[in-house]
Amino acid sequence: MSTYVTVKGLTRVFDVSKPWLNRVLEGRKKALLTAVSKVDFQIEEQMTYALVGESGSGKSTIGRMLVGLLQPTEGDVEIGGVNLTRETDPDRIASVRSNIQMIFQDPYASLNPRWRIRDIIAEPVASKGGDTKGLAERLLEQVGLHPSDAGKYPHEFSGGQRQRICIARALASEPRLIVCDEPTSALDVSVQAQVLNLMSDLKDKFGLTYLLITHDLTVVRHMADRIGVLYLGRLMEEADPKTLFEMPKHPYTQMLLDAAPHLDGFGREVPPPQGEIPDPLNPPPGCAFHPRCPIATDICRQQRPEMRPLGNGLVACHHAQ
Amino acid sequence: MTVPVLSLRNLTVEIPSRHGVVRPVDSLSYDIGNGEILGVVGESGAGKSMAGSAIIGLLNPPAHIAGGEIWLNGTRIDTMGREQMRRIRGKEIGMVFQDPLTSLNPLLTIGDQLVETMLTHLPISRSQAQHRAIDALKEVGIPGAKERIDSYPHEFSGGMRQRVVIALALCAEPSLVIADEPTTALDVSVQAQIIALLKRLCRERGTTIMLITHDMGVIAEAADRVAVMYAGRLAELGPVRDVLTQPQHHYTHGLMASTPLAAQGQKRLHQIPGSMPRLDRMPEGCAFHPRCPNAKEKCRHETKPSMEGGRAACWYPVSAEAVA
Repeated sequence: MSTYVTVKGLTRVFDVSKPWLNRVLEGRKKALLTAVSKVDFQIEEQMTYALVGESGSGKSTIGRMLVGLLQPTEGDVEIGGVNLTRETDPDRIASVRSNIQMIFQDPYASLNPRWRIRDIIAEPVASKGGDTKGLAERLLEQVGLHPSDAGKYPHEFSGGQRQRICIARALASEPRLIVCDEPTSALDVSVQAQVLNLMSDLKDKFGLTYLLITHDLTVVRHMADRIGVLYLGRLMEEADPKTLFEMPKHPYTQMLLDAAPHLDGFGREVPPPQGEIPDPLNPPPGCAFHPRCPIATDICRQQRPEMRPLGNGLVACHHAQ
Repeated sequence: MTVPVLSLRNLTVEIPSRHGVVRPVDSLSYDIGNGEILGVVGESGAGKSMAGSAIIGLLNPPAHIAGGEIWLNGTRIDTMGREQMRRIRGKEIGMVFQDPLTSLNPLLTIGDQLVETMLTHLPISRSQAQHRAIDALKEVGIPGAKERIDSYPHEFSGGMRQRVVIALALCAEPSLVIADEPTTALDVSVQAQIIALLKRLCRERGTTIMLITHDMGVIAEAADRVAVMYAGRLAELGPVRDVLTQPQHHYTHGLMASTPLAAQGQKRLHQIPGSMPRLDRMPEGCAFHPRCPNAKEKCRHETKPSMEGGRAACWYPVSAEAVA
């Protein structure tokens, strides 16, 4: 297996300051929000890499930087041997970009209501001047819809069917990497099962690589080959699902897994996690998790832990064993 | 037997539309006992929220109660007038909705909102209400309650806002709280905090909770009994452990099998073919029969009228051996 995606020191800072005049009049400083901070990971070819984290942990921002919807402030994204942040040859960038597609969370918002399904699905190919004859019909069949649906409009479909259309559109340009940003969060459980099965089937059939972004631990456990846990824009732990779910090393991962509801947890009484995610405008010094961490010591308050190998995974914690 | 806190008898909600009358809630019957947490699960469109709105008398016209009865502590409330219902809402029934930001008034401090609710429903003075408001905020775990009471909703995080909403729902000491997807908009760790809070308050005060959610995990951990709804009808009703581990209705069975948690180690998830029928194209007989692996001739024509002889509204329930 070769590495398809390499992300190194990826950082994204958003300027969320008030307008210039307000700052002058109110004597305020610029407000900089670090959404993603020095994230490193690699995705092997034909693997599913999952990023999990709570809201505000920067998982969607990373996905957007990978597909090129956002520019990284610092760091490198290398896909298929081309460093997208440094490369200057537009042809090489374009050739890599055509190998990347994205599926969004809300299938209601990501389909143009005035376009027919045929045009929506064929657009990634049509925009490059490719041959789109019969393409939509073929893809619709592959995602489990009827070829005659190509003449319909998005409002004629249910949420699960729309997500299938989004998947068909993502497949149209024959990509190698698909970034799935919360692909099933808006769907019901039984529909979610259908979409997840479809995604697994297509992965095997076309040799796809997935970056799966989600907050749902059960989906991650089922789908992922490798999982990265994010907290406040930093990667906390990375491991394969078995290791991560059975022997989580990082106290944050442990807290997250404990807090998630269990199907067999009848009447389970566990002390709920303390505190909330800190303000990303003013993150705590040292390890971002230290104010909520049960095993935090002085070093955690002063020094940000680096990712280090531990067991089958990587963990960014001074004390994890 | 003691009188149940809430009792639904064949509750039916109808919406007249261009394509005929649709029934988002169809002959729903269940009781919730004192201090009990009843989980109501179902996929979107199953009618679980619509039933909640019907109970508190807040159906949006043209939706209306077309039949059946709603009893609260031995009093029939579905026939009550607007003004009477207004007094019951907040006093007898507290409500917690999914999105804490839209259920709080952004222009009033949370203290004002708590005090106003208590003055409307309880015979106490303004200063007493002020004190109780601070106590209520402390009880739901808001740090620095005394200072935060003059804050506006936007100054709180999502989890804290939901705590304020819970404080509001409980401040008049209602006997029933309807929590409609109270944690759906929240993160996992905050969700655990809110569920623990609801359970604790419920136990301490003996409040009855109707917990509407689509999350089976939340139901498993919080509820005593669970009602599974499908296409406006009750599919299965019983103690949470029995329903989740030994479902009798084929829908519950399929639903449980399709959660990724249940598929540990398996490559594919169990799939229920098709999707929930549209309300204006309800199939004859059992609403689930077009998707049911075990549907027989009888299922296509007749609806099982009640739960007699089992928990599930199914003619041919899943047998215990089939599950194992």
